[in-house]
Amino acid sequence: MALIDLANPHRFLALARWLVPIFAVLAAALLAAGLALGFRAPADYQQGETVRIMYVHVPAAWLALGIYMLMTIAALGTLVWRHPLADVAAKAAAPIGAAFCLICLLTGALWGRPMWGAYWVWDARLTSMLVLLLIYLGIIALWRAIEEPGQAGRAVAILTLVGVINIPIVKFSVDWWNTLHQPASVFRLDGPTIHPALLTPLLVSALGFAALFVALHLAAMRNEIMRRRIRTMRILAAAAEAR
Amino acid sequence: MDLGPYGGFIVAAYAAAFIVLGALVLWVWIDHRAQSRALAALEGQGVTRRSSRTAAEGAR
Repeated sequence: MALIDLANPHRFLALARWLVPIFAVLAAALLAAGLALGFRAPADYQQGETVRIMYVHVPAAWLALGIYMLMTIAALGTLVWRHPLADVAAKAAAPIGAAFCLICLLTGALWGRPMWGAYWVWDARLTSMLVLLLIYLGIIALWRAIEEPGQAGRAVAILTLVGVINIPIVKFSVDWWNTLHQPASVFRLDGPTIHPALLTPLLVSALGFAALFVALHLAAMRNEIMRRRIRTMRILAAAAEAR
Repeated sequence: MDLGPYGGFIVAAYAAAFIVLGALVLWVWIDHRAQSRALAALEGQGVTRRSSRTAAEGAR
């Protein structure tokens, strides 16, 4: 099946019907394995047991950034290619991205208190991540502010493209400024600096988070398609009554 | 398992992640049920979309 075939919402719904449970089961299995491996992994030589927070904090951060990039591609899909499912994908992804961003900030605060002595500091990485959450919330608010889905999709697509400037700031904030937050230790040109005993549970957990995102995103897209069908049917019913 | 002097922070971090993800799953599920019911109610009233009407007319 070509990607263009999924432009038909009916085909997409049929595909989502069997993909959602597959990814949900995959997510449950990978998250359980990640949790088990994470609590069996050795403690860090500097951070001690608190390093276990990494197995939820880091995947949530990766997904918060990754989902925004997906929304950026969807925004291009809306404005440039006018793909019928692009704004559906963008709308469904926004609350999920916001939730992962919130998890990242909450778990980061709970990791920061024992390690840095503070739940929050106005460090470039933390501040840019908070800005990302505010952008997500702004996008969700804009979706809700405009009733007509097509019009809302175009307005949100423009806001999403403006907001993407924050993504490299989040990623490179630890290199560009002096931050309390540590620099990248997995995605580096010279390879990861984390010991494999800690890296393996992290990657398993990240795969679990990613599978959960796919399941939730497909399910939320399915809900949005149904919502739009209901809207169309109500308009047609009202028009028929008015005749 | 002994999580050391900062065990409370570790448990709280996992609990926060679990609560947020649980709320997200619940929200998607509740939304799905609401949309399914609304769609079934409209179809029960005989309301159809233009595309399905066209398909039905084409089949005749």
